Amino acid sequence: MKALILVGGYGTRLRPLTLSVPKPLVEFCNKPILLHQVEALVKAGVDHVILAVSYMSDLLEKEMKAQEQILGIKISLSHEKEPLGTGKSNAGLVFLSKLGIKISLSHEKEPLGTAGPLALARELLTDNSDPFFVLNSDVICDFPFEDMVKFHQHHGKQGTIVVTKVEEPSKYGVVVYEGESGRIHRFVEKPQVFVSNKINAGMYIFSPSVLHRIQLRPTSIEKEIFPVMAQEGHLYAMELQGFWMDIGQPKDFLTGMCMYLQSERQRSPERLRTGPGFLGNVLVDPTARIGQNCTLGPNVTIGAGVVLEDGVRIKRCTVLKGARVRSHSWLESCIIGWSCSVGQWVRMENVTVLGEDVIVNDELYLNGANVLPHKSIAESVPEPRIIM
Amino acid sequence: MLKAVILIGGLQKGTRFRPLSFEVPKPLFPVAGVPMLQHHIEACAKVPNMKEILLVGFYQPNEALSRFLSNAQQEFKIPIRYLQEYSALSTAGGIYHFRDQILSGGPVAFFIMNADVCSEFPLLEMLEFQKEHGNTHVILGTTANRKQSMNYGCIVENQDTNEVLHYVEKPSTFVSDIINCGIYLFTPEIFEHIGLIFQKNQQDLLLEEQMNGWQRAEVIRLEQDIFTALAGREKLYVYKTDRFWSQIKSAGSAIYASRLYLNQYHKTHPERLASNEEGRPTIRGNVYIHPTANIDPTAVLGPNVSIGTGVTIGAGVRIRESIILHGATLQDHSCVLNSIVGWDSTIGKWARVEGTPSDPNPNDPYAKIDSETLFREGKLTPSITILGCNVNIPSEVIILNAIVLPHKDLNRGFKNQIIL
Repeated sequence: MKALILVGGYGTRLRPLTLSVPKPLVEFCNKPILLHQVEALVKAGVDHVILAVSYMSDLLEKEMKAQEQILGIKISLSHEKEPLGTGKSNAGLVFLSKLGIKISLSHEKEPLGTAGPLALARELLTDNSDPFFVLNSDVICDFPFEDMVKFHQHHGKQGTIVVTKVEEPSKYGVVVYEGESGRIHRFVEKPQVFVSNKINAGMYIFSPSVLHRIQLRPTSIEKEIFPVMAQEGHLYAMELQGFWMDIGQPKDFLTGMCMYLQSERQRSPERLRTGPGFLGNVLVDPTARIGQNCTLGPNVTIGAGVVLEDGVRIKRCTVLKGARVRSHSWLESCIIGWSCSVGQWVRMENVTVLGEDVIVNDELYLNGANVLPHKSIAESVPEPRIIM
Repeated sequence: MLKAVILIGGLQKGTRFRPLSFEVPKPLFPVAGVPMLQHHIEACAKVPNMKEILLVGFYQPNEALSRFLSNAQQEFKIPIRYLQEYSALSTAGGIYHFRDQILSGGPVAFFIMNADVCSEFPLLEMLEFQKEHGNTHVILGTTANRKQSMNYGCIVENQDTNEVLHYVEKPSTFVSDIINCGIYLFTPEIFEHIGLIFQKNQQDLLLEEQMNGWQRAEVIRLEQDIFTALAGREKLYVYKTDRFWSQIKSAGSAIYASRLYLNQYHKTHPERLASNEEGRPTIRGNVYIHPTANIDPTAVLGPNVSIGTGVTIGAGVRIRESIILHGATLQDHSCVLNSIVGWDSTIGKWARVEGTPSDPNPNDPYAKIDSETLFREGKLTPSITILGCNVNIPSEVIILNAIVLPHKDLNRGFKNQIIL
């Protein structure tokens, strides 16, 4: 089976992290976001993953090459026909990963929205009659890919959307469907009165015939394709069990981290660190070094090669690879970027995000600071703002 | 022989020093590890022929003051007495009321000093200056920058003779950049001038039909009533100093004054400055630590830190530009910057207590500490964080630019607020 992952956009909401690293490669709970999805897809029988990317694809390609060792992948170039006839190759590379699957990059010359990428990858997606997955690259959950296949084959129609229950549905677009069969009636954007508490979770499974509906132009699958499919009775909803989060922005990235770690506590508790100095769910890479009298957690992820000096207190944070936090500092709800250096007696809170290689001087206070890469911070930031 | 009179004010004065002044009279607040007044007394005791120090004010008799006086007398071997005004008589009224006490024994001259100034006290130089200028009255002056001078008493000087030609207290337009330091050297003749003003007041008030007119006549201000009258009559001369000087009106200025005095200790009291030693906390810059304080060797203190009696400081604590008052406890990894931590207060682990310094511009040699108003444009002006006596700060919170009144148990962090 095949899967198309909509990496698409510029990843602007996850800046400053995405100024250094393409979003799919940003580590979420110590593993690139993309890999969380790809590993689950492989378990469900997918052997070919197509990444639909737009302007970042050169960088992603370079990163993928650099990550070759880490992901254990081989690269071979394969030129594919350009559907719009401009003579340039568009789907650039094919990766062979140690997972035994193929990963292709499908490069959109202009952003094609949420449906256009399907048309671009038409050749690849229609080479057999198996259904294919489409995923939003920002989604994290207990991926239900096997269940999706079963559900989809059971109703036999063209499309299945995974939906998830949320507390405040009117912030999103909700899905109205028949409880028993799952047949979708309609979609309502940001409803004023309660209509449904189920929203689109950003994971679909389609039969190849769905591609007849989509043209190669910027298209919104939610606004243009789905309503028609629903009317024709070709769209069904499968309710997701367990946690779900769109981790495309730092605040939600941290919330998603808490949910994921809690789910790990149920599934593979041996991966989490316990003992004195560890509260709640804490994930620590084996190459990280932790000093004396530190207290970590709840809800902390410590990346590879991270150094925490004595007396550090961290709560609800992600610390990315190679960062150093010096002694007696206190961090809550932060994302510390790769190779950052946080000084002594620093206090950081309220979704402070440090881009790559940021230095924070001793004794400062950062409240909701969003710091771009390679900055040195020499003054406190008492109120939330962006530091360029 | 000589005498010195220190004007210490009373409870109704010095409200800008709250909440610290709730516990202890402002003149006894520790600056650079010792009570504010002690710096004055030490300077006076060094003057040869100083026979007596008189404190004039309207504080009710209290234990702290009495204890301080008896300790000081023993330590400096000089009689020190407190003369309590029956009501607030202002800067000249008090000394006029007690003129007989001041003049008893026949001093040739006497110093008058405000308690709430921080200074190097060039008293010997003032005496010398007085001799050179025909034994007249001397006022200590210093240079301020143009903008700030209008917050003080302004002195127009004859550059050749050093005579005070004109004096205005807190003018609304620029008059002079030489300001009044609140330290004076008078001869007994001053009481004639004050007496004249007193009589004039009485006459004015009789015309006004006031019930307590006789009391109000005694309220005489040195600055507005005496100096303005004496200016330009070859009676009053100004001795200018460029040594350190600052007012201590608000709690923030206490930290600045501490810094000035701690720096002076290199010359006057090097034994009061802590040094870096094996097995002791790391010291940066000038730090005063009372011998009874208990400090973990992994703590890092300074610059400009004063630690009071019986203070406990845990592992990995960082303190900078702050005053920690007696009996306070700072738990592990906490961080205190630009703050005053009140007597017997507790700061929890990893807590951050931080204020905003109001120091004068270091690039301007004549800049003085700002006497900022508490509120500006409806918001609390960021200033030194003050924890009153017996305040408890829980672990891991931040207290930023806040003033916490005594005996409060906080349960969360606060910023830019006064917590009653």
